[in-house]
Amino acid sequence: MTTSIAPRRAAARAAARRGTLIGWAFALPALIAYSAFVIYPLLAGIQYSFYRWNGVGPSEWVGFANYIRVFTDETLLGSIRNAFVLIAFFTIIPVAAGLVLATLIRSMRPGPFSSLSQTILFLPQIIPLAAAGIAWSWMYAQTGAVNQFLNAVGLGFLARPWLGDFQTALPAVGLIGSWVLTGLCTVLFLTGIGKIDQSLYEAVRLDGASWWREFITITIPGLRQEIAVLVTITIIAALSSFDLIYTTTLGGPGRATLVPGISIFRIGFTQSNVGLASAFGIVLMALVLACVLPIQRLARANDK
Amino acid sequence: MIVNKAEVVIGRVILIIVLVLTLVPLVNMLSAALQPADTNPTGLTFPTDPQWINFVTAFETGNVWRLMGSSIFIVIFVVPISLLLATLAGYALGNLRMRGGRFLFIFLILGLTIPFEALIIPLYYQMQALGVLNTQWAVILPLIGLYMPFSVVWMRAHFIGVPPELSEAARVDGATTFQEFRQIQLPLARPALSALAILLFLWTWNQFLLPVVLISDPLDRTVAGALTFFQGQYSSSIPLLNAGALIIIVPTIVVFVIFQRQFIKALLQGAVKG
Repeated sequence: MTTSIAPRRAAARAAARRGTLIGWAFALPALIAYSAFVIYPLLAGIQYSFYRWNGVGPSEWVGFANYIRVFTDETLLGSIRNAFVLIAFFTIIPVAAGLVLATLIRSMRPGPFSSLSQTILFLPQIIPLAAAGIAWSWMYAQTGAVNQFLNAVGLGFLARPWLGDFQTALPAVGLIGSWVLTGLCTVLFLTGIGKIDQSLYEAVRLDGASWWREFITITIPGLRQEIAVLVTITIIAALSSFDLIYTTTLGGPGRATLVPGISIFRIGFTQSNVGLASAFGIVLMALVLACVLPIQRLARANDK
Repeated sequence: MIVNKAEVVIGRVILIIVLVLTLVPLVNMLSAALQPADTNPTGLTFPTDPQWINFVTAFETGNVWRLMGSSIFIVIFVVPISLLLATLAGYALGNLRMRGGRFLFIFLILGLTIPFEALIIPLYYQMQALGVLNTQWAVILPLIGLYMPFSVVWMRAHFIGVPPELSEAARVDGATTFQEFRQIQLPLARPALSALAILLFLWTWNQFLLPVVLISDPLDRTVAGALTFFQGQYSSSIPLLNAGALIIIVPTIVVFVIFQRQFIKALLQGAVKG
């Protein structure tokens, strides 16, 4: 096909214009769904957060009073603190355990055992968190398997209703999160290790490096990307936990396991303080962003 | 790779311990579910006289048919509509790259990390205003919007990877954008689409917060959301509660085991892209 340059350019410009129009036409339905059910409620939530409103009656402008209360009310601050404690169980334990496990399993040849273990490690990821909560409430019960095990190994004096005890309820709930997330971390790290240049491992081994040195100098740097991804996902899971707490403790005993998700639910729907609950929702969103953005930036900076 | 014998053995042993720890809570549910319904079982006990009837009782009193129907109804709308909208938008952003597309992309990324809890209060009043509160639509509509950032980012990533020569060839042959989309791009997008479908199915099926807040009758919720109903219903019978919860879990596990390769691939990709 032979055409002179000028008409071709004009055609290209026309195509670009047509492309823009068609492009927006293609994107429009998604944009509408997103705007209607994410952006609109977000803006409405910001609006509510400046009012005192019980959900039915008249509302009253209160300025930043709701936000001030989020940062001064001992109960609400406590629930934020609990969420940060959960990070230890949702992020630090699964990521650390996943790293160690993946390194140990690495030597495994692909085969039926390896794929069976992958399937099993993934199971907690498949079932609803609410169901995991029910399974573990029963594990932790006074007559449950945890106490049964402790009695069997002679540690019966430790036995207690784990979720009903002020001291142990939060760690106990946190460990359910570790149970759910460790498998995901392990399997993701395993695929990551598979992509690391194997000759690097052989080189340090020939240098007589220890297992630990190999782990620090090759495995960890090689899995930077995966670590950043998993830390991000698990921090979001910890800060916005709801399902697990709802089916295990509902925030109790007392406020021992109260987290922002449950607080928002209670304040908004049980106590009908829509403004305060909305303000807390906005604060929770800001907290998640404040934790996630630096990690993303760090991961990107490392890539360069 | 150089690995010595001792490491292989240690690796195996630790792996087996972790696998057992992963399975114990699930096996423990089964052992409790098979004890006589009116007893208070102790920990992990082998059911000497397995009461399979508990599953029948839990199935009937739990209205499981109705629950499954309600869940399927929600999934049937959420997943295909999300896939359709996300594919169209992903194609626009990844292939057509229209003017202003970058702005739209950043606008969507903003929504990726918003926790559902931050939106649940306004969503409640929005659904009330739309007159769909306490119906399945109160979950279907928000979920489509909430899944949109992830889904569009996912499909865009796929379309960016398709060589542009394909589009050029199609256009030289005189195909319209829509023809090119339907006949060339859609068939190529099938793997990305099916992985996204798996993720959306799983997230919808297991969705808890939205159904619990937005649908007051547990029987109209997703099965996961109805678990609270089971907790209330069977608070006095640990065997029946566990049987009910297992009935809820088993279909997902069966689907997972059948499609596990696709599931694991989708979940890993989902983690990396999310």
